Amino acid sequence: MNKKVSSKAQQFIESIPHSRNLGMRVVEIGDGKAVVEMPYDPTLIGDPVTKVLHGGAVSALMDTASGAAVVSHQAAGVGTATLGLRIDYMRSATPGQAITATAECYHVTRTVAFVRATACDTDIDRPVATATGTFTVSTAQK
Amino acid sequence: MKKPEPVTQVKRRRDLALNVIVNQVPYINFLGVTFDRHGDELTATMRFHENLIGNPELPALHGGATAAFLEISAIVGLAWASLWDEIETERLNVKLLQAGELVLPKTIDFTVDYLRSGLPRDAYARARVNRSGRRYASVHVEGWQDNRDRLFAQASGHFLMP
Repeated sequence: MNKKVSSKAQQFIESIPHSRNLGMRVVEIGDGKAVVEMPYDPTLIGDPVTKVLHGGAVSALMDTASGAAVVSHQAAGVGTATLGLRIDYMRSATPGQAITATAECYHVTRTVAFVRATACDTDIDRPVATATGTFTVSTAQK
Repeated sequence: MKKPEPVTQVKRRRDLALNVIVNQVPYINFLGVTFDRHGDELTATMRFHENLIGNPELPALHGGATAAFLEISAIVGLAWASLWDEIETERLNVKLLQAGELVLPKTIDFTVDYLRSGLPRDAYARARVNRSGRRYASVHVEGWQDNRDRLFAQASGHFLMP
């Protein structure tokens, strides 16, 4: 994917109201892969004692990155919707650090796109969470 | 026989406990989620807001907002269910909870099943604790919008008990 298309895809993702509301930024997108970053913010805290981000915010990031990976895949068409999303939380994200989700759309059929994603804080060797998802494919009628 | 406690007193204690759980979590407020209580039954509401949109063309709720809403419902429902006995026997120390002693269950895994696209309307959810042990709990959540029988999403997850 060339740079121009990539920046268009970037704008497309960053214009999604909920993703924008969470401060998400597309770091990289193209060929079925997307990297999306979400800054730490005190309004997103889920555990008042430890100040750790809420799992829901991480889910929203995973869903955005996964959906972005799908729309950037050449066989998946322009729009998509989540069918199923499973998230495993391996550890608490370190408070104060941004979370980066890397999603890869590894298989696309005529009707379904399959995605896996990993979320990390600045310690990239120990992921915070992993996810697998299935998404709709909206190619023109075949 | 012991005289039953006045209803206003019971309700005040239950609502206080619920408010302590909900108000301490910034993200619940960020998403605009509130809880209605009838006896021990909780119903979560996510009031519609433009910021929850994931597809502006349809428009439809963001899958991440739906996931977060269901996860909040599950955690609050689980925390509430595990505090219930303490609330009812007046053993609950609300002052300690308010002082930041409240430790919420931690999500181990969470699986969301998107059944239909989320409409630009209020959404509701109820959690059911299917199993709650000393260490682990399993919770199922149903989410709907206008019609209780037409779920727009459901989820289930495992949680680590505090």
